[in-house]
Amino acid sequence: MLVYYLREHLGLTGTNIGCDTSSCGACTVHLDGESVKSCTMLAVQADGRAVTTIEGMARDGELHPLQAAFHRNHGLQCGYCTPGMIMAAASYLIENPDPTEEEVRGSLEGNLCRCTGYHNIVASILDAARGSA
Amino acid sequence: MIPAPFDYVRVASVDEAVAALSANDDAKLLAGGHSLLPAMRLRVARPSTLIDIGRIDGLSAIREDRDEAVIGALARHHDVANDPLLQSHCPIVAFAAAQIGDPQVRHVGTIGGSVAHGDPAGDMPAVLLALGATFVATGANGLTRRIEADAFFTGLFETALAPTEVLTEIRVPKSIGGWSFLKFNRRAQDWALVGVSAVRADGGVRVALTNMGLTPLRSLAVEEALAAGEDLAAAAARADENTAPPDDAFASPDYRRALVKVLTKRALEEAMA
Repeated sequence: MLVYYLREHLGLTGTNIGCDTSSCGACTVHLDGESVKSCTMLAVQADGRAVTTIEGMARDGELHPLQAAFHRNHGLQCGYCTPGMIMAAASYLIENPDPTEEEVRGSLEGNLCRCTGYHNIVASILDAARGSA
Repeated sequence: MIPAPFDYVRVASVDEAVAALSANDDAKLLAGGHSLLPAMRLRVARPSTLIDIGRIDGLSAIREDRDEAVIGALARHHDVANDPLLQSHCPIVAFAAAQIGDPQVRHVGTIGGSVAHGDPAGDMPAVLLALGATFVATGANGLTRRIEADAFFTGLFETALAPTEVLTEIRVPKSIGGWSFLKFNRRAQDWALVGVSAVRADGGVRVALTNMGLTPLRSLAVEEALAAGEDLAAAAARADENTAPPDDAFASPDYRRALVKVLTKRALEEAMA
């Protein structure tokens, strides 16, 4: 599976394994810029395509606007779901750069926060979308 | 959560896929893999070989052909949900596709995979049954055949596709009347406890049910009641006839029988509005 390849062969452990059954979204990465669940994809299916993990979001020492917004709004409690939340949100904001709160909540259908910290997660994504980072 | 060992081949054409299916016992086609890979990880499925058709050119296009919209089997749920042709001409397909799984799943899962998997709890099979879709399959020697939706879903996770056939196209009517797709679940992302699809066409209504038996089911009782002039409530009250709803951790058969009547009434009201 792609997630095991990323974590165990490439040492990119920022992508977490949660449920391991394509439900929780902790393993979300981008494939050619779109969010996918890396626990439900063979590594060979990604062969030759662009995979982006949470490690690839910051540029030149600067946090990605979503990372900065999660930091600013305390968009995490234990932090386990956070990489997947950020990757799912980054993909969604490309599709819909100016979402309503309800749309943001809908876009997180595939990501579970076991701490139930959704309030600040949604606030972080809205903050990033407004470009106040 | 590690699959049993399997061989992997990637093919570049439908003919190569058919040849690989013919050459390998217990092989399975891999499209998006969002039904197959979870089953393999649970070792419910143990194919000898995965034949990856995910990169066959031209199999994901969505186009018009006279009075039909033709959806390539590799079109992803995301593509189906956002396709302007389907949104304007056959909106029930786009609407239902947007409710499958979650965004990540829709970025990978394909309509052909969803259909060929034959899951009675899946959203798309019942929608296509209500639409009277036609499925196009290619087999040995490049022979293609058309399978009507009413004859396609033959059993639990079983379809009319032969072991060496590849589903290539799903054809739906390009213009439909009123429609409704309703699914009921308790949590985001869950499979439907029960789903109802209704489509007006040719002066009548076709109604199909999700998760009310071993396959997606036409609700002929409801259709006949409507054709006989009964009102919507009376027709919907017959929605559980000839069904065999499952008994699982989420709902009892009796609960599903009650639910399908409620949803069918709402679906008919929406489709007839």
